[in-house]
Amino acid sequence: MKKVMMGNHAISHGATLSRVQVIAAYPITPQTQVVELLSEIVADQKLKAEFIKVESEHSAMAACIGASSAGARAFTATSAQGLALMHELLHWAAGARLPIVMADINRAMAPPWTIWTDQNDSLSQRDTGWMQFYCQSNQEVLDSVIMAYKVAEKVLMPVMIVLDAFSLSHTYEIVDLPDQALVDTYLPPFDYKYKLNVNDPHTYGGLTTPDWYMEFRVKMQEAMEQALGIIKKEAVEFEKTFGRRYDPVEPYMVDDADIVLVTSGTAASTARFAVDQMRKKGKKVGNLRMRLLRPFPFADVREHLKNARKVVIVDRNISYGYHGIWAQEVKSALYGHSKVPVFNFIAGLGGRDIFPETYIDIVNQVKKMKKPDQELYWVEVKR
Amino acid sequence: MVEIRFHGRGGQGTVIASKILADAVSKEDKYVQAFPQFGVERRGAPVFAFIRIDDQPIYVRSKIIAPDHIIVVDPSLIDAIDVTEGLKKGAKILINTGHKPKDFKHLGKKFHIYTIDANEIAIKYKLGSKAAPIVNTAILGAVPRIFDFVQLESILQAVRDGVPVNPDDNAAAAKEAYESVKGV
Repeated sequence: MKKVMMGNHAISHGATLSRVQVIAAYPITPQTQVVELLSEIVADQKLKAEFIKVESEHSAMAACIGASSAGARAFTATSAQGLALMHELLHWAAGARLPIVMADINRAMAPPWTIWTDQNDSLSQRDTGWMQFYCQSNQEVLDSVIMAYKVAEKVLMPVMIVLDAFSLSHTYEIVDLPDQALVDTYLPPFDYKYKLNVNDPHTYGGLTTPDWYMEFRVKMQEAMEQALGIIKKEAVEFEKTFGRRYDPVEPYMVDDADIVLVTSGTAASTARFAVDQMRKKGKKVGNLRMRLLRPFPFADVREHLKNARKVVIVDRNISYGYHGIWAQEVKSALYGHSKVPVFNFIAGLGGRDIFPETYIDIVNQVKKMKKPDQELYWVEVKR
Repeated sequence: MVEIRFHGRGGQGTVIASKILADAVSKEDKYVQAFPQFGVERRGAPVFAFIRIDDQPIYVRSKIIAPDHIIVVDPSLIDAIDVTEGLKKGAKILINTGHKPKDFKHLGKKFHIYTIDANEIAIKYKLGSKAAPIVNTAILGAVPRIFDFVQLESILQAVRDGVPVNPDDNAAAAKEAYESVKGV
């Protein structure tokens, strides 16, 4: 059934269709409508789930960890400072191998106080052991929640669905709501082998000496490596079931492109539009949209950038004292495999708009340079 | 692709109007994207909403800075802000007012002005109060009269589905607005 809905409600519907059993969340702009709608759905008994009101995001994640340990499918959603407050427990959820799914609506970090989008909140959680899927449409958001549970429960690692504040969360567009029966065939109930059982008590996560700690970490890394293959397989399975496909990266006109933009989130969607405009004027430009941050799709990135003469990563985030975070990831993938010059532009922090013209200006600037003469270039900043 | 900007004041249902219009357009095998000005809205302050409509999937996701057309929900904004900012030549301007289109000639020769007295229609159908009528459904009725991207039937259906109370009165207001647009 096709319905016009905001990105936040696409998340709620994705969670409902996934038959989540425990929802624990604390409201924060721009995430609020996600849990508003879920609380209504639970109150109306359209979803058999426990809705736990908590006093902070730290507690929200703690409740999800408890629920997931007991074998329940657990869900939460947050943004910015809320995600940062969860930080300690993000490590715990991943280390305890709990397949929790969370939506993070990208909101820039304060201070100065802000509610608008950029990616520093989610990218700061890069090393916590959570998979991260970056979305560019409300349909992708809904579909990703369903797919995330499938992948998470196969490898026992948590997933963060990431979407831009306002430009997805509060934007209305047409979303195809899949039939519950179809989702049920794709996503079977969660059957957790290690769930807490009073008749067979175990202790998890207890003190582990240097003799064994590292072996736990090897298993987490192996699970993430395995997850990449599963995500690729699930892209095919999902397409067979629902007719829509989501690969780890989405190349657009990259094969013959001299300049390839590397982008993510809604800025990637606008980049694709800008590529069409530039192609009409005969400019050989392509776009590589990054959907996956973790597990990182090394091989796909190398493959799709192999013909590029210049690679231009546009980051809506920054690692202070370094440069953009996607640039760091992509450069690392290319190192030793390619000699292509890599340019890094920082744009759109704190919700500043990234227009098609922004990309056209960036491409014109890059055209004049053989290789970068700075580690990063700021886009449209006042001095 | 058609890009439209709505001008209203916080509390008038401007954002909801853009959402209901998106619902209507979605019934006609088109692609649509509707979004508010991303910010912190206050009651009575000028607010914006935007809508994009196309026969193809819409990839551009930045704010609309050069709209094809505008819809002015609150005419007092015309003296308060520049509603025609960035507006393209040949644009259609739909204004909620009891005045005639020729009264707005000062907005510029390069635009086509249409007017609809949505306040009067809303009061007639008892939508909202006399002091603060809810005008958005009446304004939406005028849209298919002026633009060809959506049919009246789709608007009426979307209005019925999209309002929390009095669906029939809201639909009747939209229909009356369709029939009483000035400037066509």
